[in-house]
Amino acid sequence: MASRYSALALARHALSGAPWPRAWRAAKPQPAYDAVIIGGGGHGLATAYYLAANHGMRRVAVIERGYIGSGNVGRNTTLVRSNYQMPGNTQFFEHSLKLWEGLSHTLNYNVMLSQRGQIVLAHGPSQLDVLARKGNIMRLNGIDAELLERGDVMRMLPYLDYSPECRFPIYGGLLQRRAGTVRHDAVAWGYARAASELGVDIIENCEVTGFVMQQGRAGGVETTLGRILAPRTGISVAGHSSRVAALAGLKLPVESHLLQAFVTESIKPFVDHVISFGAELFYISQSDKGGLVFGGHIDGFNSYTQRGQFPKVQTVAECAVALIPSISRLRLLRHWAGIQDMTPDGSPFIGRTPVPGLYLNGGWCYQGFKATPAAGWCFAHTIAHDDEHPLVRHLCLDRFERGHAYDEYGLGPWTYRQ
Amino acid sequence: MLRINCPHCGERDYTEFRYGADASKRRPAHGSGDLSLWHDYVYLFDNPKGPHREYWQHVLGCRQWLMLERDTATNLTGAAVLARDADR
Ligand SMILES: Cc1cc2nc3c(=O)[nH]c(=O)nc-3n(C[C@H](O)[C@H](O)[C@H](O)COP(=O)(O)OP(=O)(O)OC[C@H]3O[C@@H](n4cnc5c(N)ncnc54)[C@H](O)[C@@H]3O)c2cc1C
Ligand SMILES: [Zn+2]
Repeated sequence: MASRYSALALARHALSGAPWPRAWRAAKPQPAYDAVIIGGGGHGLATAYYLAANHGMRRVAVIERGYIGSGNVGRNTTLVRSNYQMPGNTQFFEHSLKLWEGLSHTLNYNVMLSQRGQIVLAHGPSQLDVLARKGNIMRLNGIDAELLERGDVMRMLPYLDYSPECRFPIYGGLLQRRAGTVRHDAVAWGYARAASELGVDIIENCEVTGFVMQQGRAGGVETTLGRILAPRTGISVAGHSSRVAALAGLKLPVESHLLQAFVTESIKPFVDHVISFGAELFYISQSDKGGLVFGGHIDGFNSYTQRGQFPKVQTVAECAVALIPSISRLRLLRHWAGIQDMTPDGSPFIGRTPVPGLYLNGGWCYQGFKATPAAGWCFAHTIAHDDEHPLVRHLCLDRFERGHAYDEYGLGPWTYRQ
Repeated sequence: MLRINCPHCGERDYTEFRYGADASKRRPAHGSGDLSLWHDYVYLFDNPKGPHREYWQHVLGCRQWLMLERDTATNLTGAAVLARDADR
């Protein structure tokens, strides 16, 4: 059992110079478990942790094709917030933010939550009205939101472009002070360590290649390390949702698209908040190392290459400079892409599937990182009770058939426009 | 950069084109009342990791709709043909 992390443990290790023990056990697959979770991303690891911590299920395995953290949990831009406006989403994402607020203590692992505040900008009076409405919805649900006028934004973000010839003038914004960033790798490692301590087996370098079907039920998985039986199997594989679901004969309302992210060279502390541009999908923050971290829209056509297209670099850089002209000469240090599971209404799925014993958590589009704790919490509940958690009833897989698309932005049934 | 070989205009950057949709989907007949057919057509995707046939419109060129073969695991493209001539 790993020792607890504390200031005392830190001092002891510093003095003794002894290496830190592994944070989680390297496990070999057992022939059978009570539940198997496919995918060792943030969601899969969180689900396994809550299955053990909240539902007392200790015979649980997480099966990861590569190494944990190699997927989108280690590729995202780390923003967390709860400024949603449709009933259901509002409460779900607020539950997630509340879990983030206690997560370092819950896991005994510093996930470096930084509630630096997120400001969404309005570039016209009608856009400010929309933000006011959104803020009111949040406040009616007990979530913090503050409407900012142009003068407030100028005081808080003096480095934006306020010049008269500016292409997208700033009219104001909506501030959520409790929003911010989290160290994404620490989320994977923290959940893995805490789950492993509760007895969860985390099996890396093991790919699920099929399902064991028993009289129409999913009774386990076939993997590159052999057959593993389990009466309950949860799919949590982000960009590969369609591929894994297809192994069970399911066709999903999901298409896989690339999203790129970018980091500049390090500079002194400059961007203190998370800023979302209102004229295009673009958001920016500054990492603890000093790099400006930003991202934009998906590339626009389905792909599993995990390698972004160059024209997007230009569009995103244009947004950056339109918003903050002074960064035009910063060099990009790195950029990369992740495979995002896009849905026709921009909302995810957490719930049962038509195959008994098989559960799906996927279709997270742009919003899966901030959802990690609540998605794990609700997916674990769904698996343990064979019934959806009340917070995710609206995220069921058959919602399109029933005419209940859940389109937060009203964009229509296009995966690549969400 | 993804490049598409337009039968009219030659090989061009994909930024001259607009992505349309998965070309393997079959639109149900007009007036078809079976909603499950429409559901599958609008909302479900094969989403393959491998060969994919898809529509692109050459908006900054000849403005024709094309059908392109592309491998979604590598982005290597095959032939692009006029969508109206395509043998689907
Ligand atoms: C560039 C980028 C920026 C983003 N920014 C944000 C943001 O700022 N805020 C936000 O909320 N969200 C953001 N997202 C979305 C978010 O990162 C994802 O929705 C979320 O991480 C997905 O859940 P996950 O962590 O479990 O996924 P992943 O980490 O991708 O986990 C899925 C795992 O499944 C494994 N797997 C796949 N197939 C198999 C198989 N057959 N067998 C076994 N294992 C398999 C994969 O190897 C992978 O490790 C961003 C995404 C990207 C790409
Ligand atoms: Zn052409």
